[in-house]
Amino acid sequence: MENQPAARNPDEPPIALRFQRWAKHLLLICVVLGVIGSIAASLSARPTRPKTIRPVKSISNETSASVIQQVNAQIASPIAEAQLEACDPADWLLVCRRLNLALVGCGLSLEEIRSLEQLPVEDRVDYWIEHLFADSRCSDYLAERFTRAFVGTNNGPFLLFRRRKFKLWLAEEIRKGTPYDQIVRELIAADGLWTDKPAVNFLTATMDENNNGRADPIRLAGRTTRAFLGMRIDCVQCHNDFLGNVKLGSSEAPVEGTQRDFHQLAAFYAGTSIPNKNVFAGIRDDKNSYNVKFLGDEEESEVAPQVPFLPDLLPSNGPNRKRLAEWVTHPENKAFGRATVNRVWALMFGRPLVTPVDDIPIQGPYPPGLELLTEDFIKNGYDLHRLVRTIAKLEAFQRDSRSAKFDITIEHENIWASFPLTQLRPEQVAAGIHQACRLKTVDEQSAIISKLEKFGYINDFTEGFGDRGEDEFIAQPVTVPQRLLMMNGGLVNERTKNNPILNASSRIGVLASNDAKAIEIAYLSTLNRLPSEEEQTSLAEHLHGKRGDSRSNAMSDVFWMLINSTEFLWNH
Amino acid sequence: MNHDSSHAACASWHRMQRRQLLGLSAATVGLSGWTSIAESLARESERESRHQPAKSILILWLQGGPSQLETFDPHPGTRIGGETKAIKTSAKEIQISHLLPKVAEQMHQASIVRSMVSKEGDHERATYNVKTGWRPDPTLIHPSIGSVLCHQTSDNLEIPRHVSILSGQWPARGGYLGPQYDAFKMGDPREPLPNLKSYLSEERQESRLKGLRNVVERSFAKERLRDMNQIKTMHESSTERAIKMMDSEQIKAFDVSLESTQTLASFGDTSFGKGCLAAVRLIETGVRCVEVELSGWDTHINNHALQSSLCNTLDAALAATLQQLAQRNLLESTLVLCGGEFGRTPTINVSGGRDHWPTGFSVLLAGGNIRPGIVVGETSPDPDESPEKRMESVAQPVRVEDLHATMLHALGIDFEQEIKTPVGRPLALSQGNIVKELIL
Repeated sequence: MENQPAARNPDEPPIALRFQRWAKHLLLICVVLGVIGSIAASLSARPTRPKTIRPVKSISNETSASVIQQVNAQIASPIAEAQLEACDPADWLLVCRRLNLALVGCGLSLEEIRSLEQLPVEDRVDYWIEHLFADSRCSDYLAERFTRAFVGTNNGPFLLFRRRKFKLWLAEEIRKGTPYDQIVRELIAADGLWTDKPAVNFLTATMDENNNGRADPIRLAGRTTRAFLGMRIDCVQCHNDFLGNVKLGSSEAPVEGTQRDFHQLAAFYAGTSIPNKNVFAGIRDDKNSYNVKFLGDEEESEVAPQVPFLPDLLPSNGPNRKRLAEWVTHPENKAFGRATVNRVWALMFGRPLVTPVDDIPIQGPYPPGLELLTEDFIKNGYDLHRLVRTIAKLEAFQRDSRSAKFDITIEHENIWASFPLTQLRPEQVAAGIHQACRLKTVDEQSAIISKLEKFGYINDFTEGFGDRGEDEFIAQPVTVPQRLLMMNGGLVNERTKNNPILNASSRIGVLASNDAKAIEIAYLSTLNRLPSEEEQTSLAEHLHGKRGDSRSNAMSDVFWMLINSTEFLWNH
Repeated sequence: MNHDSSHAACASWHRMQRRQLLGLSAATVGLSGWTSIAESLARESERESRHQPAKSILILWLQGGPSQLETFDPHPGTRIGGETKAIKTSAKEIQISHLLPKVAEQMHQASIVRSMVSKEGDHERATYNVKTGWRPDPTLIHPSIGSVLCHQTSDNLEIPRHVSILSGQWPARGGYLGPQYDAFKMGDPREPLPNLKSYLSEERQESRLKGLRNVVERSFAKERLRDMNQIKTMHESSTERAIKMMDSEQIKAFDVSLESTQTLASFGDTSFGKGCLAAVRLIETGVRCVEVELSGWDTHINNHALQSSLCNTLDAALAATLQQLAQRNLLESTLVLCGGEFGRTPTINVSGGRDHWPTGFSVLLAGGNIRPGIVVGETSPDPDESPEKRMESVAQPVRVEDLHATMLHALGIDFEQEIKTPVGRPLALSQGNIVKELIL
């Protein structure tokens, strides 16, 4: 009898379909194994060296060792005079965390730490500065910080102001390394349509329904002095200075600020408007005069543009705003350089050299380091990257915020003998949480969903935490609603709960080789440091003997503790 | 800073004035005219001292710019009046929009300022202006009036002393007084309070807090800034206060479902209505400032229909708020303000809307130390809207800073006192003048 093929079971799928299913299963297994492999690799201490690493030698020469040495000496002097000791240098990883917070607005990812560990210890900080400059997160973050100073945090006038466009333009200029004085000249002297020429938004931000198509000279004068010159002369808008708060003139011959000084400066912006007959031409200057009724006068009088100090530096010819831009950024107008150095210092330390950040007396006295850094900034073409590098290499920036040798007091912080504790801004906290709970870096290479998620979280969280607007360098303590948000809020819960697909806590719980290792990786991911032996032992007990969901929950608890700590929420 | 000392000083000033005046009257026996003037001033002084300052402030914030013509300053039958009619109210001399019939029944308990003026026509700037009493100044963020009140008083509440219900884009802020004076923000009171409940079991939450305190915080404090918590971070103390708040019985003040069906219904079936009821309950518990926001008043198109709908929500809620405060004997000690950042243009635009108008808009005031049943100021039924002439259409203009000086005075706060701001600049709490006729 001829062998007949066995009759196919009607419930059994055809071979092609079965093959398809096997293939699918095989693919799934491969993907899962791949993911586990990649996670395990990122947890291990020896990942492959990233391609983006550049030789470090070329970097060191770009900053001036001489200015760093001089600034260090100047800062050391009052510490010695006060008979205080300075803290020892901080660990490289802590310095890199400070750099990250200052330049991208969150701590380092585990992936980044593992990459850095592949370099010789002495090269890591230098490398990291250059690495961050090449990262678009850095220019984006710095642009947001400068945007706040240039146009505030208001939404601005509907249709006439494009904040995002302005910020993107600024980010691109910072990324390209455009000299800062050039950026500021473009802002002050900008002409055209705010949608085509983003710098114009600096001017249109001051328009509103009551302005009849004109920029507001008063607000622009205030912005110009505060953001570019680090001076607050707004209070002489209504009356002469009688409190000695506004000193103008020169260091040899200081004079009290007058109402006229303010309005003469505002007069440079008097013609800034959108022509009625040609809206599409955007901002242009017309011949509008600037009239003020001074305090005590019966009638208004016309005020001609004039600068409040160093009048010899003002070009005599040309359009008013162009003349003003040249004067503001003139190399001999050191107020411009000082204002920038003070602001960049504040971004790096969380606290400016002179507080408030935009109120630096033009006659001094100046705190140690400010004049040296200002001169170096001006002499080297207003290079923001160089300024950041120089500050990052100062002893003050690299000092620890703790000492086993002496008690740290507020005086140590005041004179930079220890790195000052400053509360992180809400967007730094939100971005920090988002990053700490991912093992890989969340950057422009990340999946769009991750970036969108980060954007959404940051906005919501910032609202709940309380955005400080332009007052971002004023020291503030923690508030009760902030603690409630951190302890019970959605972001911390979502990012720390048991979720093996998305959250680092669950992944570490599953993949770390033992409890102590899990705690170590949790510390690196959140606080960017290794735990002390005592911490490792105490928190490892929390995990001891737990498996499955119970272990994941225990890891969630550990992440919650670390993210809710002063150490995570403050720069130190 | 505690407000009591300043109030005591204020009261003793009144007493001294009375004694001086009586002395003066004795010294001028025979000059009957002087005597009667002195006695009458002395009586006035005595009468003032009978009124205790308000303890709390309740702000019904109408975000977007409510139309004065559709609310508290109707001009029916004129070119600017639109479709809105005027109706009589329980206050003899006051008529308001027919869109607010329930409020009309409570007008004997409230007063209206119809001549509010400011220089801010942009929502964000004008909101800042009306909430703080100051125009935006980039060198300084001024505190909202509720933050000033909290700064000037002290309480032992376990819940926040400053609350913003249905808070929108620009809730009340502590400004230069610090974020500890920011309003505690919450949404619809029918929903659970934000971040107040732990999503964990009590045991697990306790275990987390123990780990945070005993391991992580202890390790960080080691060898760092001495007295870090007290002099800088306040992390530990704020955590303790947050935990206390989570467990507090006073949290029930937020829970409007504990009210009777009748009371609930009287505020209207809207989030804003329930927000107002929650505000009354919070004030009853001792909260110093509550703002409740009703947004959507920015009616550049289809003004009448949109404002009518919002007035419907406002009508029930505002009327019930005044009623409930009075019933609970809280109206005398609670200053109520109802208004927005500006008003709307007298002329109706081509889209049937009204645009922004900061020159002659209205606010309603009631309660604590405010004279009820009066109207301050007047707007023209045929105003010239040109920028040069528009101020001529407002009789007895009240500037935003004057409104603030008046409210701070009603709250017993010496608004001329100077506070040292973080930038070192001493600044008065308000630079306005009291609108005397509004004060009892």
